[in-house]
Amino acid sequence: MSESHAHAVVAHHDPTVAHQFDDKAQQTEAVTLGMWAFLAQEVLFFGAVFTGYTVYRSYYPDSFIAGSHHLDIKLGGFNTAVLIASSLTMALAVHAAQNTKRIRLVFFLLATLFLGFVFLGVKVIEYGDKFHHHLIPGLGFLWAEPHGDPKHVQIFYSFYFAMTGMHALHMIIGAAILLPLIWMAIRGRFSAAYYAPIEMFGLYWHFVDIVWIFLFPLLYLLGLHAQ
Amino acid sequence: MIGQFSLWPPQASSVAWQVDALYIFILAVTILTSLAVYFAIVYFAVKYKRKSEDEIPEQIEGHLPLEIAWSIIPLGIMLVMFGWGAKLFFDLTRPPAEALNFNIVGKQWMWKMQHPTGKREINELHVPMGQPIKLTMTSEDVVHSFFIPAFRTKFDVVPGRYTTSWFEPTKAGEYHIFCTQYCGTRHAQMIGRVVVMEPAQYEQWLKTGSVNASAANETPEVAGARLFQEQRCVTCHQTNGLMAPVLNGVFGKPVQLQGGATIVMDESYIRESLLDPTAKIVNGYQPNMPTFQGQISEEQILQLIAYIKSLSSAAGGQAAATKPAEEQPTNTPPAGG
Amino acid sequence: MSAVPIPRQSETPGLEMPRQHYLNAGYSIKSWLLTLDHKRIAILYLISVSAFFVMGALFAGMIRLELLTPQGDLLEAETYNKMFTMHGVIMIFFVLIPSIPAILGNFLIPLMIGARDVAFPRLNLLSWYVFMTGGVFLMTAAIFGGVDTGWTFYTPYSSVYSNTNVMLAGMGAFTAGFSSILTGLNFIVTIHTMRAPGMTWFRLPLFIWAHYATSLIQVLATPVIAMTLVLMMLERSLHLGIFDPNLGGDPVLFQHLFWFYSHPAVYIMILPGMGVISEIIACFTRRRIFGYSFVAFSSLGIAIIGFFVWGHHLFVSSQSVYAGMAFSLITFLVAVPSAIKTFNWTATMYKASISYESPMVFAFGFLGLFVIGGVTGLFLGAIGLDVHMHDTYFVVAHFHYIMVGGEIMAFLGALHFWWPKMFGRKYPEGWAILAAALVFIGFNLTFFPQFLVGYLGMPRRYHTYPAEFQLFNVLSTAGASILGVGYLLPFFYLPWSIRFGQVAGPNPWRAKGLEWQVQSPPLTENFEQTPIVTEEAYEYSHLEAKVV
Repeated sequence: MSESHAHAVVAHHDPTVAHQFDDKAQQTEAVTLGMWAFLAQEVLFFGAVFTGYTVYRSYYPDSFIAGSHHLDIKLGGFNTAVLIASSLTMALAVHAAQNTKRIRLVFFLLATLFLGFVFLGVKVIEYGDKFHHHLIPGLGFLWAEPHGDPKHVQIFYSFYFAMTGMHALHMIIGAAILLPLIWMAIRGRFSAAYYAPIEMFGLYWHFVDIVWIFLFPLLYLLGLHAQ
Repeated sequence: MIGQFSLWPPQASSVAWQVDALYIFILAVTILTSLAVYFAIVYFAVKYKRKSEDEIPEQIEGHLPLEIAWSIIPLGIMLVMFGWGAKLFFDLTRPPAEALNFNIVGKQWMWKMQHPTGKREINELHVPMGQPIKLTMTSEDVVHSFFIPAFRTKFDVVPGRYTTSWFEPTKAGEYHIFCTQYCGTRHAQMIGRVVVMEPAQYEQWLKTGSVNASAANETPEVAGARLFQEQRCVTCHQTNGLMAPVLNGVFGKPVQLQGGATIVMDESYIRESLLDPTAKIVNGYQPNMPTFQGQISEEQILQLIAYIKSLSSAAGGQAAATKPAEEQPTNTPPAGG
Repeated sequence: MSAVPIPRQSETPGLEMPRQHYLNAGYSIKSWLLTLDHKRIAILYLISVSAFFVMGALFAGMIRLELLTPQGDLLEAETYNKMFTMHGVIMIFFVLIPSIPAILGNFLIPLMIGARDVAFPRLNLLSWYVFMTGGVFLMTAAIFGGVDTGWTFYTPYSSVYSNTNVMLAGMGAFTAGFSSILTGLNFIVTIHTMRAPGMTWFRLPLFIWAHYATSLIQVLATPVIAMTLVLMMLERSLHLGIFDPNLGGDPVLFQHLFWFYSHPAVYIMILPGMGVISEIIACFTRRRIFGYSFVAFSSLGIAIIGFFVWGHHLFVSSQSVYAGMAFSLITFLVAVPSAIKTFNWTATMYKASISYESPMVFAFGFLGLFVIGGVTGLFLGAIGLDVHMHDTYFVVAHFHYIMVGGEIMAFLGALHFWWPKMFGRKYPEGWAILAAALVFIGFNLTFFPQFLVGYLGMPRRYHTYPAEFQLFNVLSTAGASILGVGYLLPFFYLPWSIRFGQVAGPNPWRAKGLEWQVQSPPLTENFEQTPIVTEEAYEYSHLEAKVV
């Protein structure tokens, strides 16, 4: 017989601890590690397209600058501020949950959702503008400006849409997850005893924010000092 | 020779035996090591076969000196393999200066070859023995790969760029050419043969062998000169350098571009300028050159390159240089940086 | 839950199946398709991966039949191209990558570490559905005429020129990739946070170390190919210029991005197999694996170094010569940990007590074939030699020795070793040994000639070839028919044993490890009470009592 012997498990009836976990601490540790591992995967996911962008930017710097000049820095800058603000409201939401401040939590979650929608709304405006100016690759792309080779500017815009599109998709998924979280917050499901979902979602939201912090200068702020 | 049975292809190039030597070295080392491991496994399996149902063997945890030994020694042997392979790779990718240049264009699903004399072939490559031969290759469509097992040479043939390979045939005969990067439906039919001949026979073949298309025996330089006129390049690229950069005596030299960067005037730059003229404009000129994308073929590009190269050779080209290449044009200075 | 007490092993003359276990915890379709039990999810994967294996094998059969003769007389060129593409895509994304982790890993990891389930059971179930969705995409591609780009999807052929169902196949691989990511994520968190009290890292079975290393690769490498396939599919559908040189794109960039995942992917495929071999050898030699920590760290070393060798697939692609040198050097470095493991497994047998039950026979087969597969990688890593060998049958033989001779052999060994645990019954030993022998002999006859014909210059992905290569191809096809019989046998005797096999009891092999401490098949919650671990792994100085 082996030397390992059984040990009675402390029975728990905490409904916020899933059946596979021994206790709250283990559950919290697991979901936190899980979210970080997921974010690591996301870094690699975006990393692939950032790599492609970097390669082509080094091949065709002038065309990339020309393409970038056509992006609206004001809108992009505004969106950057919006996202940073939404990260602030998200952090405040987590703080509210940690302190069992239900109304405050709901407020800050709603604020985050609202800011997220503002961001997406601005993106709709930007994408619409691109459509009007025939700058969507594959949908009648046309580049008639003097600077930049049309073929290469199209590559810039391919990456612009791939990167911001992927980012926007992550924002939409985030907004979709926020809805049930807000509902659960209204119902009072989160408190100092159990706020892990809010915290984990906060990690995700901050990550999506950070991706934008990289996207904005790479796409919008090229060659500002030139011409 | 095609048709003979053997365990390795004929050694028909100057490097083939070097490649086979490395192969045999690694083969010997790996066979010895594998046999040693197999012997140990079989020996232990037999000798230490369980003798009784409840037998408990001596529990041995490990042995640090052994771990270090069988980490360091294989590492050392592998570094030898690496070094040998690296040296061999340098040899395989550095053609000698006196190599003759053949142009190879791959397309689905055939190989088009052009000799330095202008002779063209499809799916066949006649070459003289004892002469280093460099291949400048490109593809018209997808990625292919040009492989001659008997020469132990191979390199991918990529659309949009030039790749090179080289060999020096040492044994007369006929050998396989294979496309060895999957390229679509008839990938397995994109094969040919290389025919290695004695130098005298090769000269004979050049004069009398099969000839393709209209430009019989036209060397690439002559074809390129003709194209230079036909495509109206001569309209702008004159020797006064007023409207377009002078092309005499500049091949292989650095050229300053708009924006301050410097680039070497080489085959790739010429090709890019033909297809994408506004990408890298020489300093002091306007982006006036039209693109020839779709108007000229890859082979014609190679012929133009050959002509432009000839304008920098000691004997001079057809349009002899009358002004030095450094003479500045009298255009307006470039705008901004 | 008051389970029937486990019969004391030495006291019960005839074994009986336990009254309650995970298999009879519910019989409805819903209890299977909506299960959260990691063991049931493992069985779901077992069935689907086996089905994909049969499909992939049928495509392989068509390839070998065509290659019996030098002419392309059995299949049209385009059909043949679709055969090898489907064979590759199915075997890599739908068999090899999931096989050991999604089946054995899912079943055993919680048991081996003393947990009730994995960290995220619902995510686990989701990953199976994602896997099946990917399979639906791929089968749709097959039904609509297949895809002919090769499993490598090189551009611009895949993104511009091919006329086949590239989008569907790409979606299939993309989706299956997410299944792999989720499984890896689940395992990392489970192993980190749910080990039973006393189960320190260095008391973990080497199977766990291997799966941990594998999971790191799954999580970090797979997203890169996901994004790369997206870019390729965008280019194809919208005629963009990302990899199309006519529009300014770089076809070689695709190759870099593709192999950045696909090289670590081969370690996803082999590391779990190595973990299995450690478990089997330890049991049937009754010894702690020699150099336990070296083997454990070698798994991590392979995973990490394996991220830096992808350029060895691009030696003749027009990658820079110096980059090629660097990749060649690192490729040789990554071979060292594999060699270390092989030597340690061999040394485990020294002065051991070795028995030859069928799982051990499979393990011997693995050793024999993996050694050849591994050393032939050295030929390919030597960059000057790779110029000649690249894209020839030498490469095909090399990777089949590792993936089939290595991983599938290990998978079969694992399936046999843990079958009694999974289903409570033993399979007929004689048939298993016959299957192992047929697989070993058939495999060698199939693939060894391919080394020779590869060095002679026969390129990959050719359905017609010069006549002088025929002898080797005929030998190879003959071997494939024997191999096929060897693979077919378990499809009969293993399911047969579920109903008619001899009851196994908790520990028919007298092995160490927490999974052998519970009944066979285990309860849904694995352990009646959380175990507390006090001894090291592979503590064979105290043998388990014999099962009558």
